[in-house]
Amino acid sequence: MDATVPSPIVATPTAEPLVRVENLTCAYGRNVVLRDVSFDVPRGEVLTILGGSGCGKSTLLKHMIGLEQPAQGRIWLAGEELTAAEGAARRRILASFGVAYQAGALFGSMTVLENVMLPLAAHSHLDLPARELVARLKLREVGLEQYADYAPAELSGGMQKRAAIARALALDPAILFLDEPSAGLDPITSAELDALILRLSRALSLTFIVVTHELASIFAIADRALMLDKQEKGIIAVGKPQDLRDHHPDPRVTRFFRRGEETQV
Amino acid sequence: MTPDNSASLDIDTDSTPARLRLSGRLDAEHCADLWPRARAAMTQGAVVDTSAVDYCDGTGAALLFDLIQRGGTVEGLPERFAPLLAELEPDHPLIIPRRPPPPGVIATLGRVVAEVTLEARAAIVFIGEASAAFASVMRRPRELRLGETLRVATSAGADALPIVALIAFLLGVILSFQSAVPMRQFGAELFVANLVGLSLVRELAPLMTAVLLAGRTGAAFAAEIGTMKVNQEIDALVTMGLDPMRFLVLPRLIAVACTMPLLTLFAELIGMFGAALVLIGFGIPMATSASQIIDFVDMSDYLTGLFKSFVFGLGIAGIGCMRGLQTGSGARAVGAAATSADVRAIVMLVVADGLFAVAFYYLDW
Ligand SMILES: Nc1ncnc2c1ncn2[C@@H]1O[C@H](COP(=O)(O)OP(=O)(O)OP(=O)(O)O)[C@@H](O)[C@H]1O
Ligand SMILES: [Mg+2]
Repeated sequence: MDATVPSPIVATPTAEPLVRVENLTCAYGRNVVLRDVSFDVPRGEVLTILGGSGCGKSTLLKHMIGLEQPAQGRIWLAGEELTAAEGAARRRILASFGVAYQAGALFGSMTVLENVMLPLAAHSHLDLPARELVARLKLREVGLEQYADYAPAELSGGMQKRAAIARALALDPAILFLDEPSAGLDPITSAELDALILRLSRALSLTFIVVTHELASIFAIADRALMLDKQEKGIIAVGKPQDLRDHHPDPRVTRFFRRGEETQV
Repeated sequence: MTPDNSASLDIDTDSTPARLRLSGRLDAEHCADLWPRARAAMTQGAVVDTSAVDYCDGTGAALLFDLIQRGGTVEGLPERFAPLLAELEPDHPLIIPRRPPPPGVIATLGRVVAEVTLEARAAIVFIGEASAAFASVMRRPRELRLGETLRVATSAGADALPIVALIAFLLGVILSFQSAVPMRQFGAELFVANLVGLSLVRELAPLMTAVLLAGRTGAAFAAEIGTMKVNQEIDALVTMGLDPMRFLVLPRLIAVACTMPLLTLFAELIGMFGAALVLIGFGIPMATSASQIIDFVDMSDYLTGLFKSFVFGLGIAGIGCMRGLQTGSGARAVGAAATSADVRAIVMLVVADGLFAVAFYYLDW
């Protein structure tokens, strides 16, 4: 990990990107979903990935966290090449980030609290009372303090989502991947989640890669937005969300943002 | 490791109030050692000096929260990290819902009785609903999902032939060998065929086939329907106006009830074949064994055996489907449903077989 004290607010890209995707091609069998995608994410950035349903956002995320092998291309996380790493090295890289999956993916045989404590037990030496306290406070942050002893199946869809986010955040890992964290949440809870993301990215320079469709959330949290397209099988726009909305030449991009604006009012 | 990549705790107990000085990186990795020490050193009103903290993430904030809850006051936390601690609301103690105390013996007994009653009730309701669905399908045979029924019949029946053959053959061989040795002392090897034939037809073939079916098919029904329940597929069926009884349960019941007697018959034949093979070794030709069995085992013996296996099949399929529909939520519930379907089916077999034995005795079949 970085030995130096992180600067207070990181908005400008630093020399060495924390996440680097190079000429990535993603395919399921012969069905190519993304072709030749490259981008960097500097430390402390909040990057949102946008695009229509089925354009490959979850697929891109799955490749970045090593769940799928790329057909071509390379991926670096925190300076180490994920696509080349094997065995212990790969496990170490996998432990350096947190993921909240689109469907929650909580372990049904454990309580919510045990789910959140699991990464703490696996990757830290904290004693049991400390782990429990950290986990309970994470649940407090996502508003589930009272539900610690519930089984995941006893929670609503949005509550499961929040519990999954608490689990992903348990260790405050350097990189966090969130797949549609605010889908299924009411606007107020969703705004609280945005505030949590901003707080962590400002104070700890954590890097967030967030798949989301919520325009309000994109404008609130994103340093940069990256837009994928199903026809192009790749990136059609990258930039500050405001710039994409106001100045982008591609009508597909502006329409995405404008439509949202119309429905917002 | 560089000094500024670690954390340290200095405790000054001489001054009043006591002072704890935290410095360095307060994260999950570096808090592990000093957290228990800090907890032990904490006294009411102690001051926690955090001005030398370089980094403080959620774990560090949780440590400070813990110390505040134990009566400490945090001083000098760098402004950058203050929001993390403030957001945890360190003035509000954690709400830890109290678990209810474990129930006593009498409460447990009452609960068990209630569960058994409820389960019996559920079984009766299930039988009623299945019968109603069957009656409506009898009136309108087109409502039966024939394709699904045939698919289940294939996987529960035809696909089970090899394993049924294996067990039945083994059964026949062992039975005839174990009885032929003592029978020879009386010169009665010839009657081994009668013995094996009758016990296979009346008891062992129906029972062994049913035990196999309970493990193979009953548990699979419970797991399959249970997974559908967990994925809300059952809810989707109901809201589309499709009765799960007719859509899922009936094809399975009919398929198993039809294939089970056939499987049993097959097991009987294979078992007799195995027995006859052994008897050749005792000098009895296969034709002799066959004619012994044909003379000795009546049609009524075959019919009782097949009737039993029909009832067993219905029971196993019914228990599998019922357990599947009763599945709770989550992956573990599916496993529990499959296991309990298997166990209950076997208990049902034992009870039903006992009842049959008594009934056939009085009916003199
Ligand atoms: N496991 C899989 N096997 C085969 N094809 C897949 C698989 N997962 C996704 N796909 C295909 O890849 C494409 C992209 O899917 P993906 O899940 O990445 O979409 P998405 O952008 O996340 O959409 P959404 O916003 O609806 O979640 C789709 O066309 C889908 O059919
Ligand atoms: Mg997706």
